[in-house]
Amino acid sequence: MSTKEKTLWIIGGVLIALYCLAPIAWIISLSFKAPSDLSNAQFLPTTASSENYATIFTGSGSDLFLPALRNSFGICLIATFISCVLSMFAAYAIARLDFPGKKFILGTALAVAIFPVISIVTPLFNLWRTIGLYDTWPGLIIPYLSLTLPLSIWTMSAFFREIPWEMEQAAQVDGATTWQAFRKVIVPLAAPGVFTTAIIAFFIAWNDFVYGISLTSTSASRPVPAALGLFSGASQFEDPTGAIAAAAVVVTIPVVVLVLLFQRRIVAGLTNGAVKG
Amino acid sequence: MTTTEARPTGASVPARAAKGGASDRAKAERKLGWLLAGPALAVMLLVTAYPIAQAFYDSLFDYRLTDPENRSFTGLNNYLVVLTDQLWWQAVGVTALITVITVAVELVLGFALAMVMNKALRSIRPVLRAAILIPYAVITVVSAFAWQFAFDINTGFVNSWFSWLPGVDPTTDWFGSFGSSLLVICLAEIWKTTPFISLLLLAGLAQVPEVLQEAAKVDGATWWQRMRRVTLPNMKAAIMVALLFRTLDAFRVFDSIFVMTAGANGTETVSFLAYRQTISRLEIGLGSAVSVLLFLTVVLIAFVFIKGFKVDLAQARGEK
Repeated sequence: MSTKEKTLWIIGGVLIALYCLAPIAWIISLSFKAPSDLSNAQFLPTTASSENYATIFTGSGSDLFLPALRNSFGICLIATFISCVLSMFAAYAIARLDFPGKKFILGTALAVAIFPVISIVTPLFNLWRTIGLYDTWPGLIIPYLSLTLPLSIWTMSAFFREIPWEMEQAAQVDGATTWQAFRKVIVPLAAPGVFTTAIIAFFIAWNDFVYGISLTSTSASRPVPAALGLFSGASQFEDPTGAIAAAAVVVTIPVVVLVLLFQRRIVAGLTNGAVKG
Repeated sequence: MTTTEARPTGASVPARAAKGGASDRAKAERKLGWLLAGPALAVMLLVTAYPIAQAFYDSLFDYRLTDPENRSFTGLNNYLVVLTDQLWWQAVGVTALITVITVAVELVLGFALAMVMNKALRSIRPVLRAAILIPYAVITVVSAFAWQFAFDINTGFVNSWFSWLPGVDPTTDWFGSFGSSLLVICLAEIWKTTPFISLLLLAGLAQVPEVLQEAAKVDGATWWQRMRRVTLPNMKAAIMVALLFRTLDAFRVFDSIFVMTAGANGTETVSFLAYRQTISRLEIGLGSAVSVLLFLTVVLIAFVFIKGFKVDLAQARGEK
């Protein structure tokens, strides 16, 4: 590659990175603006202030934000765990066994994945009120499975299909017991796929907004995106912009950390599930 | 299916005891398969098929939560009310407009991104990959707020930065009219979801055989010719899958609308209409009818894609 071509590709790369990161940089910058600075019509704050973070962690916004953060973590982790366990079994069956329901299960997963979430909200809203699941953790965990399960099944069965299952028999021939062969050979081979699927499922659950605002009413179960969307300031004289920006930065930190640590795996998981299956 | 029908053995015969008979083994395998995959399938059906059936049932009633005593059967009247109301068609129009604009831009932009990533030097590839995953992983609500605050007349910087553009000055209220609101909504959606498309396209690009590219080059094909005759036809399946997923996803747009305009200035989408009927107005009957209609529209779009454009998911997944 010539130097000129090299420079061109680097410029292209820098442009892409700018495009991807600019809105994040903006919301971070906004979160450090003091209230008097909010309308300075500039990208950067005049002087950095941590006032907004104080508002959401210890100040007037804390009784809204902190429970929401706890709810989000709890609900998303439980939903991710359940869907990973269920799809682990399903994906094993799809990748390794020959049975007629395979196509039907993958087809159902696809249909559920394209399902308009809002269509389920109306009946669930009504049902949850009747049976007492409205505004509870299980009341969100159950519908979250409709978001995380289909994707987990597709992604994980794509990963499992690439595992060289013959290695299990090879280990047994070499004298390993069934359990040893499973634990020492299959688990290390399958673990990355399960782990990647868990990350992607967590992203999807973490991102939910529709269920969050429709099926909750108090801080007993309201997750962060819903709390953010409905946050309008402690009083009508207080501009919530700074507090929202600070809270937005806080909920973005976990996903950014996951992306930085596991970017290669996430890309493999996303493309495997959709393109290669 | 290659599995042959098992000969009628007694159900009491344990599958494990079968002496290697192919049919018994197939039967046992089938049983194990359903046993393992059954729970996941059951949960999926329970959380979607059951609610949508319930929604269809509810949509046949005139039913307000605030007035449960007067719940009465009205047949398809709710559908008639929705389909003859201008609100519904306005929402469908806006949703379709957002879908077409965002998906078209995302496809072109995503393809450009994929090309750069494909050619990018090894040294900067990890950086690019991490950067491109950030918009995908960021919560939609956060992205919507970021874009809203940037364009907001009080807190934004866009008006002062772009005041050299005709029609933009410090008093430009982007959320004051239909067109400009829609523009900001589309920008936010495009930013958030282009990375996903570009990753799918990148995977498609990687599947185009390098040999074909080389051969075309030797034969003297220009860049554009190679693109049109070699690259694009070979990644048609990947493009179609990306298009299908994104179209259906875009048609459900809700979060950005809720945060940015709450449906003001005629920017209400179908999802938002359904939400407003049920959660704000507690009109379970009407809300259910809108939900069912949205569901049917999505099914129709998927059907058109799969039958009309012959999107072959099995082929895209390299099973043929």
